[in-house]
Amino acid sequence: MHVPRFWREIPNRYTLVGTRCGHCNKVFFPPRAICPRCRRVGQLEPFRLSGRGRIHSFTTVYSGPRDFKDQLPYVLAIVELEEGPRVMAQVTDCNGEEVKIGDEVEMVFRRIKEEGEEGIIHYGFKARLVRKAGAGGS
Amino acid sequence: MEVGIVGYGAYIPRYRLRVEEIARMWGADPQQTKRSFGVEEKAVAGPDEDTVTISVEAAKNALRRGGVDPSLVGAVYVGSESHPYAVKPTATIVAEAVGATPEMTAADFEFACKAGTAGIQACMGMVEAGMIKYGMAIGADTAQSSPGDPLEYAAAAGGAAFLVGKLDREAVASIEATYSYTTDTPDFWRREMRPYPRHGGRFTGRPGYFKHTLSAAQGLMRKLGLTPRDFDHAVFHQPNGRFPVEVASELGFSMSQIRAGLLSPKIGNTYSGAAMLGLAAILDGAKEGERILAVSYGSGAGSDAFSLIVREGIERKRDLAPKVSDYLEDKVYIDYATYCKFTRKLVR
Repeated sequence: MHVPRFWREIPNRYTLVGTRCGHCNKVFFPPRAICPRCRRVGQLEPFRLSGRGRIHSFTTVYSGPRDFKDQLPYVLAIVELEEGPRVMAQVTDCNGEEVKIGDEVEMVFRRIKEEGEEGIIHYGFKARLVRKAGAGGS
Repeated sequence: MEVGIVGYGAYIPRYRLRVEEIARMWGADPQQTKRSFGVEEKAVAGPDEDTVTISVEAAKNALRRGGVDPSLVGAVYVGSESHPYAVKPTATIVAEAVGATPEMTAADFEFACKAGTAGIQACMGMVEAGMIKYGMAIGADTAQSSPGDPLEYAAAAGGAAFLVGKLDREAVASIEATYSYTTDTPDFWRREMRPYPRHGGRFTGRPGYFKHTLSAAQGLMRKLGLTPRDFDHAVFHQPNGRFPVEVASELGFSMSQIRAGLLSPKIGNTYSGAAMLGLAAILDGAKEGERILAVSYGSGAGSDAFSLIVREGIERKRDLAPKVSDYLEDKVYIDYATYCKFTRKLVR
Protein backbone atom coordinates (compact mmCIF):
# COMPACT_ATOMS: atom_id res chain seq x y z
CA MET A 1 0.00 0.00 0.00
CA HIS A 2 1.29 3.44 -0.87
CA VAL A 3 1.89 6.08 1.80
CA PRO A 4 -0.88 8.44 0.56
CA ARG A 5 -3.51 5.69 0.58
CA PHE A 6 -2.63 4.64 4.11
CA TRP A 7 -2.54 8.28 5.21
CA ARG A 8 -5.96 9.05 3.68
CA GLU A 9 -7.53 6.18 5.60
CA ILE A 10 -6.02 7.03 9.00
CA PRO A 11 -9.33 8.26 10.53
CA ASN A 12 -11.01 5.00 9.48
CA ARG A 13 -8.14 2.72 10.49
CA TYR A 14 -7.23 4.42 13.78
CA THR A 15 -10.54 5.60 15.19
CA LEU A 16 -13.17 3.69 13.21
CA VAL A 17 -14.66 6.76 11.57
CA GLY A 18 -17.36 5.65 9.15
CA THR A 19 -20.41 7.52 7.91
CA ARG A 20 -24.01 7.79 9.08
CA CYS A 21 -26.96 8.75 6.94
CA GLY A 22 -28.72 11.71 8.55
CA HIS A 23 -31.93 10.69 6.76
CA CYS A 24 -32.30 6.99 7.74
CA ASN A 25 -29.62 6.82 10.52
CA LYS A 26 -27.91 3.78 8.98
CA VAL A 27 -24.20 3.57 9.80
CA PHE A 28 -21.63 2.54 7.20
CA PHE A 29 -18.12 1.26 7.74
CA PRO A 30 -15.95 1.59 5.74
CA PRO A 31 -17.50 4.98 4.95
CA ARG A 32 -19.82 5.33 1.97
CA ALA A 33 -20.28 8.50 -0.05
CA ILE A 34 -23.93 7.76 -0.89
CA CYS A 35 -26.62 6.07 1.22
CA PRO A 36 -27.84 3.14 -0.91
CA ARG A 37 -31.33 3.37 0.64
CA CYS A 38 -31.96 7.09 0.62
CA ARG A 39 -29.95 7.94 -2.51
CA ARG A 40 -30.19 11.67 -3.26
CA VAL A 41 -32.13 12.55 -0.10
CA GLY A 42 -29.50 10.81 2.08
CA GLN A 43 -27.17 13.05 4.08
CA LEU A 44 -23.99 11.22 4.91
CA GLU A 45 -21.79 12.59 7.66
CA PRO A 46 -18.69 11.23 9.43
CA PHE A 47 -19.57 8.99 12.37
CA ARG A 48 -17.21 7.44 14.91
CA LEU A 49 -18.10 3.87 15.85
CA SER A 50 -17.77 2.70 19.44
CA GLY A 51 -15.56 -0.28 18.61
CA ARG A 52 -17.77 -2.70 20.55
CA GLY A 53 -19.20 -5.70 18.77
CA ARG A 54 -19.59 -9.48 18.55
CA ILE A 55 -17.97 -12.25 16.56
CA HIS A 56 -20.30 -12.93 13.63
CA SER A 57 -18.04 -15.57 12.12
CA PHE A 58 -14.36 -16.47 12.25
CA THR A 59 -11.66 -18.74 10.91
CA THR A 60 -8.12 -19.65 11.90
CA VAL A 61 -5.51 -18.83 9.26
CA TYR A 62 -2.63 -21.32 9.02
CA SER A 63 -1.22 -20.17 5.69
CA GLY A 64 -1.27 -16.40 5.43
CA PRO A 65 0.32 -13.67 3.34
CA ARG A 66 4.00 -12.86 3.85
CA ASP A 67 3.36 -9.80 6.05
CA PHE A 68 1.47 -11.95 8.55
CA LYS A 69 3.69 -15.05 8.57
CA ASP A 70 5.16 -14.36 11.99
CA GLN A 71 1.69 -14.29 13.53
CA LEU A 72 0.53 -17.69 12.16
CA PRO A 73 -1.78 -19.23 13.13
CA TYR A 74 -4.05 -16.23 13.69
CA VAL A 75 -7.77 -15.73 13.98
CA LEU A 76 -9.59 -13.70 11.34
CA ALA A 77 -13.15 -12.72 12.11
CA ILE A 78 -16.16 -10.87 10.78
CA VAL A 79 -17.20 -8.64 13.64
CA GLU A 80 -20.67 -7.18 13.84
CA LEU A 81 -20.25 -3.77 15.44
CA GLU A 82 -23.00 -2.59 17.77
CA GLU A 83 -23.96 0.20 15.34
CA GLY A 84 -24.63 -2.41 12.63
CA PRO A 85 -21.71 -2.60 10.18
CA ARG A 86 -19.76 -5.83 9.85
CA VAL A 87 -15.99 -5.53 9.47
CA MET A 88 -13.25 -8.07 8.92
CA ALA A 89 -10.47 -7.94 11.47
CA GLN A 90 -7.79 -10.07 13.05
CA VAL A 91 -8.57 -11.19 16.59
CA THR A 92 -5.45 -10.45 18.62
CA ASP A 93 -4.08 -11.94 21.84
CA CYS A 94 -5.93 -15.24 21.53
CA ASN A 95 -5.86 -18.61 19.79
CA GLY A 96 -8.59 -20.21 17.69
CA GLU A 97 -9.82 -22.41 20.53
CA GLU A 98 -10.72 -19.43 22.69
CA VAL A 99 -13.02 -17.78 20.13
CA LYS A 100 -16.75 -18.57 19.72
CA ILE A 101 -19.41 -17.08 17.48
CA GLY A 102 -21.27 -14.46 19.48
CA ASP A 103 -18.30 -13.59 21.70
CA GLU A 104 -18.09 -9.97 22.78
CA VAL A 105 -15.11 -8.08 21.34
CA GLU A 106 -13.66 -4.59 21.46
CA MET A 107 -11.58 -2.99 18.74
CA VAL A 108 -8.04 -2.20 19.85
CA PHE A 109 -5.17 -0.31 18.24
CA ARG A 110 -2.37 -2.55 16.96
CA ARG A 111 0.41 -2.80 14.41
CA ILE A 112 -1.03 -4.39 11.29
CA LYS A 113 2.06 -4.56 9.07
CA GLU A 114 5.01 -2.52 7.91
CA GLU A 115 6.50 -1.65 4.55
CA GLY A 116 9.79 -3.47 5.13
CA GLU A 117 12.43 -2.23 7.56
CA GLU A 118 12.60 1.25 6.01
CA GLY A 119 8.96 1.94 5.18
CA ILE A 120 6.07 3.21 7.25
CA ILE A 121 4.32 1.15 9.88
CA HIS A 122 0.62 0.54 9.30
CA TYR A 123 -1.36 0.79 12.50
CA GLY A 124 -5.03 -0.04 12.67
CA PHE A 125 -7.78 -1.91 14.48
CA LYS A 126 -7.93 -5.51 15.57
CA ALA A 127 -10.59 -7.19 17.65
CA ARG A 128 -9.86 -8.43 21.16
CA LEU A 129 -12.07 -10.71 23.21
CA VAL A 130 -13.58 -8.84 26.15
CA ARG A 131 -12.11 -10.59 29.17
CA LYS A 132 -12.19 -9.39 32.74
CA ALA A 133 -8.97 -7.47 32.17
CA GLY A 134 -8.82 -4.93 29.41
CA ALA A 135 -12.60 -4.58 29.31
CA GLY A 136 -14.21 -1.43 28.04
CA GLY A 137 -15.05 0.34 24.80
CA SER A 138 -12.68 2.37 22.69
CA MET B 1 0.79 24.01 43.01
CA GLU B 2 -2.66 24.08 41.46
CA VAL B 3 -2.24 21.06 39.20
CA GLY B 4 -3.31 17.48 39.58
CA ILE B 5 -3.89 14.13 37.97
CA VAL B 6 -7.33 14.13 36.33
CA GLY B 7 -7.09 10.60 34.94
CA TYR B 8 -4.57 7.80 34.73
CA GLY B 9 -4.30 4.57 32.79
CA ALA B 10 -2.08 1.52 32.66
CA TYR B 11 -1.36 -1.16 30.10
CA ILE B 12 0.71 -4.32 30.36
CA PRO B 13 0.88 -6.84 27.47
CA ARG B 14 -0.44 -10.37 28.17
CA TYR B 15 2.70 -12.34 27.45
CA ARG B 16 5.12 -13.37 30.22
CA LEU B 17 8.57 -14.92 30.08
CA ARG B 18 9.78 -16.62 33.24
CA VAL B 19 13.26 -15.82 34.52
CA GLU B 20 13.86 -19.60 34.81
CA GLU B 21 13.33 -19.89 31.06
CA ILE B 22 15.93 -17.19 30.33
CA ALA B 23 18.36 -18.76 32.83
CA ARG B 24 17.87 -22.18 31.19
CA MET B 25 18.83 -20.61 27.86
CA TRP B 26 22.11 -19.21 29.14
CA GLY B 27 23.10 -21.97 31.57
CA ALA B 28 22.55 -19.87 34.69
CA ASP B 29 21.17 -21.19 37.97
CA PRO B 30 17.45 -20.34 37.81
CA GLN B 31 16.82 -19.95 41.55
CA GLN B 32 19.96 -17.91 42.14
CA THR B 33 19.15 -15.68 39.13
CA LYS B 34 15.64 -15.06 40.42
CA ARG B 35 17.01 -14.19 43.85
CA SER B 36 19.75 -11.91 42.58
CA PHE B 37 17.39 -9.91 40.35
CA GLY B 38 14.33 -10.15 42.55
CA VAL B 39 12.30 -10.80 39.39
CA GLU B 40 10.16 -13.90 38.70
CA GLU B 41 8.87 -13.10 35.23
CA LYS B 42 8.70 -10.22 32.77
CA ALA B 43 6.01 -8.83 30.47
CA VAL B 44 6.65 -9.19 26.72
CA ALA B 45 4.86 -7.27 23.96
CA GLY B 46 2.92 -9.34 21.43
CA PRO B 47 4.04 -9.43 17.77
CA ASP B 48 1.61 -6.62 16.91
CA GLU B 49 2.47 -4.38 19.86
CA ASP B 50 5.04 -1.64 20.29
CA THR B 51 5.49 1.60 22.23
CA VAL B 52 2.79 3.28 20.12
CA THR B 53 0.11 0.63 20.73
CA ILE B 54 0.97 0.36 24.44
CA SER B 55 0.75 4.16 24.74
CA VAL B 56 -2.64 4.20 23.00
CA GLU B 57 -4.08 1.58 25.37
CA ALA B 58 -2.78 3.44 28.43
CA ALA B 59 -3.93 6.83 27.11
CA LYS B 60 -7.44 5.53 26.36
CA ASN B 61 -7.66 4.19 29.90
CA ALA B 62 -6.53 7.59 31.25
CA LEU B 63 -9.19 9.37 29.16
CA ARG B 64 -11.89 6.97 30.39
CA ARG B 65 -10.98 7.78 33.98
CA GLY B 66 -10.57 11.45 33.21
CA GLY B 67 -13.97 11.65 31.52
CA VAL B 68 -12.39 14.30 29.32
CA ASP B 69 -13.26 15.07 25.70
CA PRO B 70 -9.98 14.08 23.91
CA SER B 71 -10.10 17.24 21.79
CA LEU B 72 -9.47 19.27 24.98
CA VAL B 73 -6.07 17.60 25.46
CA GLY B 74 -3.63 20.31 24.44
CA ALA B 75 -0.39 18.35 24.65
CA VAL B 76 0.64 14.71 24.24
CA TYR B 77 4.16 13.76 25.28
CA VAL B 78 5.40 10.19 25.00
CA GLY B 79 8.54 9.25 26.89
CA SER B 80 10.28 6.09 25.74
CA GLU B 81 13.58 4.64 24.64
CA SER B 82 11.89 2.32 22.16
CA HIS B 83 10.04 4.70 19.84
CA PRO B 84 9.20 2.63 16.71
CA TYR B 85 10.51 5.32 14.37
CA ALA B 86 13.90 7.04 14.70
CA VAL B 87 12.33 10.06 12.97
CA LYS B 88 8.53 10.46 13.12
CA PRO B 89 6.88 11.06 16.45
CA THR B 90 5.18 8.35 18.45
CA ALA B 91 3.13 11.15 20.00
CA THR B 92 1.37 12.14 16.75
CA ILE B 93 0.21 8.56 16.14
CA VAL B 94 -1.00 8.24 19.74
CA ALA B 95 -2.73 11.64 19.65
CA GLU B 96 -4.50 10.75 16.39
CA ALA B 97 -5.58 7.34 17.71
CA VAL B 98 -7.12 8.79 20.87
CA GLY B 99 -8.81 11.66 19.01
CA ALA B 100 -6.79 14.56 20.44
CA THR B 101 -5.59 15.98 17.10
CA PRO B 102 -5.26 18.51 15.49
CA GLU B 103 -5.40 21.55 17.84
CA MET B 104 -2.61 20.49 20.17
CA THR B 105 1.14 20.15 20.55
CA ALA B 106 3.01 16.85 20.70
CA ALA B 107 6.53 15.49 21.04
CA ASP B 108 8.51 12.42 21.94
CA PHE B 109 10.71 12.54 25.00
CA GLU B 110 13.80 10.45 25.59
CA PHE B 111 15.64 10.16 28.91
CA ALA B 112 16.26 6.41 29.35
CA CYS B 113 13.67 5.24 31.92
CA LYS B 114 12.44 8.63 33.14
CA ALA B 115 11.20 10.34 29.96
CA GLY B 116 7.57 9.77 30.97
CA THR B 117 7.88 11.66 34.25
CA ALA B 118 9.71 14.45 32.39
CA GLY B 119 6.52 14.60 30.32
CA ILE B 120 4.42 14.97 33.48
CA GLN B 121 6.57 17.93 34.52
CA ALA B 122 6.21 19.56 31.08
CA CYS B 123 2.42 19.16 31.27
CA MET B 124 2.36 20.55 34.83
CA GLY B 125 4.17 23.68 33.69
CA MET B 126 1.91 24.21 30.69
CA VAL B 127 -1.29 23.64 32.69
CA GLU B 128 -0.16 25.94 35.47
CA ALA B 129 0.83 28.62 32.95
CA GLY B 130 -2.63 28.41 31.38
CA MET B 131 -1.23 27.34 27.99
CA ILE B 132 -3.32 24.14 27.88
CA LYS B 133 -6.36 22.76 29.72
CA TYR B 134 -5.17 19.16 29.84
CA GLY B 135 -1.86 17.49 29.04
CA MET B 136 -1.24 13.78 28.51
CA ALA B 137 2.12 12.40 29.65
CA ILE B 138 2.88 8.80 28.74
CA GLY B 139 5.78 6.57 29.71
CA ALA B 140 5.95 3.34 27.69
CA ASP B 141 8.58 0.93 26.46
CA THR B 142 9.24 -2.36 24.79
CA ALA B 143 12.65 -2.48 26.38
CA GLN B 144 15.54 -3.80 24.35
CA SER B 145 18.20 -6.09 25.77
CA SER B 146 20.97 -8.00 24.07
CA PRO B 147 20.44 -11.80 24.24
CA GLY B 148 22.49 -13.18 27.12
CA ASP B 149 23.06 -9.76 28.73
CA PRO B 150 21.97 -9.53 32.40
CA LEU B 151 19.49 -6.83 31.25
CA GLU B 152 17.53 -9.56 29.50
CA TYR B 153 16.25 -10.96 32.79
CA ALA B 154 14.28 -7.81 33.48
CA ALA B 155 13.83 -5.72 30.29
CA ALA B 156 10.07 -5.71 29.79
CA ALA B 157 7.12 -4.05 28.04
CA GLY B 158 4.37 -1.86 29.46
CA GLY B 159 3.28 1.71 29.97
CA ALA B 160 1.16 4.21 31.84
CA ALA B 161 -0.48 7.52 30.96
CA PHE B 162 -1.33 10.46 33.20
CA LEU B 163 -3.76 13.19 32.29
CA VAL B 164 -2.65 16.41 33.97
CA GLY B 165 -5.06 19.30 34.54
CA LYS B 166 -6.02 22.12 36.90
CA LEU B 167 -6.84 21.02 40.38
CA ASP B 168 -10.61 20.75 40.87
CA ARG B 169 -13.15 18.28 42.26
CA GLU B 170 -12.52 15.94 39.34
CA ALA B 171 -8.86 15.38 40.24
CA VAL B 172 -7.79 11.94 41.46
CA ALA B 173 -4.68 13.43 43.05
CA SER B 174 -3.00 16.78 43.50
CA ILE B 175 0.68 17.19 42.70
CA GLU B 176 2.04 18.91 45.76
CA ALA B 177 5.56 19.44 44.45
CA THR B 178 8.19 18.02 42.13
CA TYR B 179 11.96 18.01 42.43
CA SER B 180 14.60 16.71 40.01
CA TYR B 181 18.22 15.72 40.39
CA THR B 182 20.30 15.42 37.21
CA THR B 183 23.98 14.81 36.37
CA ASP B 184 26.01 13.53 33.43
CA THR B 185 26.58 9.90 34.45
CA PRO B 186 27.41 7.39 31.69
CA ASP B 187 25.90 4.31 33.36
CA PHE B 188 23.77 3.06 30.45
CA TRP B 189 23.51 4.13 26.80
CA ARG B 190 22.62 3.09 23.28
CA ARG B 191 24.40 4.62 20.33
CA GLU B 192 22.69 5.67 17.10
CA MET B 193 21.75 2.70 14.83
CA ARG B 194 22.61 0.11 17.47
CA PRO B 195 19.82 -2.30 18.45
CA TYR B 196 20.77 -2.94 22.08
CA PRO B 197 21.91 -0.73 24.93
CA ARG B 198 25.23 -1.10 26.74
CA HIS B 199 25.81 -0.43 30.40
CA GLY B 200 28.46 -0.03 33.05
CA GLY B 201 27.56 -3.23 34.94
CA ARG B 202 27.90 -2.62 38.68
CA PHE B 203 28.55 1.07 37.94
CA THR B 204 24.83 1.43 37.16
CA GLY B 205 24.02 0.86 40.85
CA ARG B 206 25.61 3.19 43.39
CA PRO B 207 26.75 6.12 41.15
CA GLY B 208 23.69 5.79 38.92
CA TYR B 209 20.40 4.54 40.33
CA PHE B 210 21.05 4.99 44.05
CA LYS B 211 22.75 8.41 43.95
CA HIS B 212 20.02 10.02 41.83
CA THR B 213 17.00 8.29 43.32
CA LEU B 214 18.12 9.00 46.90
CA SER B 215 19.06 12.62 46.09
CA ALA B 216 15.75 13.34 44.36
CA ALA B 217 13.67 11.76 47.15
CA GLN B 218 15.66 13.56 49.87
CA GLY B 219 15.58 16.86 47.96
CA LEU B 220 11.80 16.71 47.60
CA MET B 221 11.24 15.85 51.26
CA ARG B 222 13.59 18.67 52.30
CA LYS B 223 11.74 21.11 50.04
CA LEU B 224 8.39 20.16 51.60
CA GLY B 225 9.68 19.67 55.14
CA LEU B 226 8.44 16.06 55.16
CA THR B 227 9.87 12.74 56.35
CA PRO B 228 9.12 9.19 55.17
CA ARG B 229 6.55 8.92 57.97
CA ASP B 230 4.42 11.58 56.25
CA PHE B 231 3.87 9.32 53.22
CA ASP B 232 1.36 6.47 53.00
CA HIS B 233 2.90 5.03 49.82
CA ALA B 234 6.14 5.32 47.90
CA VAL B 235 7.18 4.08 44.49
CA PHE B 236 10.66 4.14 42.99
CA HIS B 237 11.96 3.23 39.55
CA GLN B 238 12.26 -0.55 39.37
CA PRO B 239 15.15 -1.80 37.20
CA ASN B 240 14.84 -5.10 39.10
CA GLY B 241 13.10 -6.30 42.24
CA ARG B 242 15.93 -5.43 44.63
CA PHE B 243 17.04 -1.83 43.94
CA PRO B 244 13.70 -0.19 44.84
CA VAL B 245 13.51 -2.18 48.09
CA GLU B 246 17.07 -1.17 49.02
CA VAL B 247 16.54 2.49 48.16
CA ALA B 248 13.31 2.53 50.20
CA SER B 249 15.09 1.04 53.19
CA GLU B 250 17.99 3.52 52.94
CA LEU B 251 15.51 6.40 52.91
CA GLY B 252 13.59 4.97 55.86
CA PHE B 253 10.48 3.65 54.11
CA SER B 254 8.96 0.35 55.21
CA MET B 255 7.94 -2.58 53.03
CA SER B 256 4.27 -1.80 53.67
CA GLN B 257 4.73 1.69 52.18
CA ILE B 258 6.19 0.37 48.91
CA ARG B 259 4.27 -2.88 48.49
CA ALA B 260 1.38 -1.56 46.35
CA GLY B 261 3.66 0.00 43.75
CA LEU B 262 6.32 -2.71 43.54
CA LEU B 263 5.57 -4.46 40.24
CA SER B 264 9.01 -5.50 38.93
CA PRO B 265 8.96 -8.99 40.53
CA LYS B 266 5.89 -9.81 38.40
CA ILE B 267 6.47 -7.83 35.18
CA GLY B 268 10.18 -6.89 35.15
CA ASN B 269 11.50 -3.46 34.29
CA THR B 270 9.14 -1.62 31.96
CA TYR B 271 11.68 1.22 31.65
CA SER B 272 9.78 4.48 31.01
CA GLY B 273 6.63 2.75 32.23
CA ALA B 274 8.09 1.42 35.50
CA ALA B 275 7.64 4.19 38.09
CA MET B 276 4.45 5.40 36.39
CA LEU B 277 2.86 1.93 36.37
CA GLY B 278 3.80 1.62 40.04
CA LEU B 279 2.08 4.95 40.73
CA ALA B 280 -0.99 3.78 38.79
CA ALA B 281 -1.08 0.59 40.91
CA ILE B 282 -0.97 2.70 44.09
CA LEU B 283 -3.80 4.96 42.86
CA ASP B 284 -5.87 1.83 42.09
CA GLY B 285 -6.08 1.18 45.82
CA ALA B 286 -5.42 4.55 47.46
CA LYS B 287 -7.83 6.47 49.71
CA GLU B 288 -8.61 10.18 49.74
CA GLY B 289 -6.04 12.17 51.71
CA GLU B 290 -3.19 9.67 51.39
CA ARG B 291 0.20 11.08 50.39
CA ILE B 292 2.34 9.32 47.75
CA LEU B 293 6.03 9.73 46.92
CA ALA B 294 6.92 8.76 43.33
CA VAL B 295 10.53 8.81 42.14
CA SER B 296 11.59 7.87 38.62
CA TYR B 297 15.13 7.24 37.46
CA GLY B 298 16.63 7.51 34.00
CA SER B 299 20.17 6.49 33.18
CA GLY B 300 22.45 9.14 31.90
CA ALA B 301 21.29 10.19 34.59
CA GLY B 302 18.50 11.81 36.54
CA SER B 303 15.54 11.35 38.85
CA ASP B 304 12.20 13.17 39.07
CA ALA B 305 10.46 13.04 42.45
CA PHE B 306 6.78 13.92 42.97
CA SER B 307 4.65 14.25 46.06
CA LEU B 308 0.96 13.59 45.42
CA ILE B 309 -2.09 13.76 47.65
CA VAL B 310 -5.03 11.55 46.71
CA ARG B 311 -8.28 13.48 46.18
CA GLU B 312 -11.95 12.54 46.34
CA GLY B 313 -12.17 12.03 42.54
CA ILE B 314 -10.39 8.69 42.92
CA GLU B 315 -13.47 6.93 44.30
CA ARG B 316 -15.60 7.77 41.26
CA LYS B 317 -12.88 7.16 38.70
CA ARG B 318 -10.76 4.16 39.60
CA ASP B 319 -13.27 1.59 38.32
CA LEU B 320 -13.77 3.29 34.96
CA ALA B 321 -10.80 1.47 33.37
CA PRO B 322 -8.88 -1.78 33.95
CA LYS B 323 -6.64 -1.76 37.02
CA VAL B 324 -2.98 -2.76 37.08
CA SER B 325 -3.97 -5.92 38.97
CA ASP B 326 -6.31 -6.92 36.10
CA TYR B 327 -3.36 -6.81 33.73
CA LEU B 328 -1.14 -8.71 36.18
CA GLU B 329 -3.65 -11.55 36.38
CA ASP B 330 -4.46 -11.85 32.67
CA LYS B 331 -1.29 -13.50 31.38
CA VAL B 332 -0.01 -16.16 29.00
CA TYR B 333 3.43 -17.75 29.38
CA ILE B 334 5.69 -18.05 26.35
CA ASP B 335 8.99 -19.86 25.86
CA TYR B 336 12.31 -18.29 24.87
CA ALA B 337 11.91 -19.15 21.18
CA THR B 338 8.51 -17.43 21.01
CA TYR B 339 10.03 -14.46 22.84
CA CYS B 340 12.74 -14.27 20.13
CA LYS B 341 10.06 -14.31 17.42
CA PHE B 342 7.90 -11.67 19.13
CA THR B 343 10.85 -9.35 19.75
CA ARG B 344 12.29 -9.86 16.25
CA LYS B 345 15.55 -11.40 17.38
CA LEU B 346 15.57 -14.07 14.67
CA VAL B 347 18.12 -13.68 11.88
CA ARG B 348 16.95 -14.80 8.41
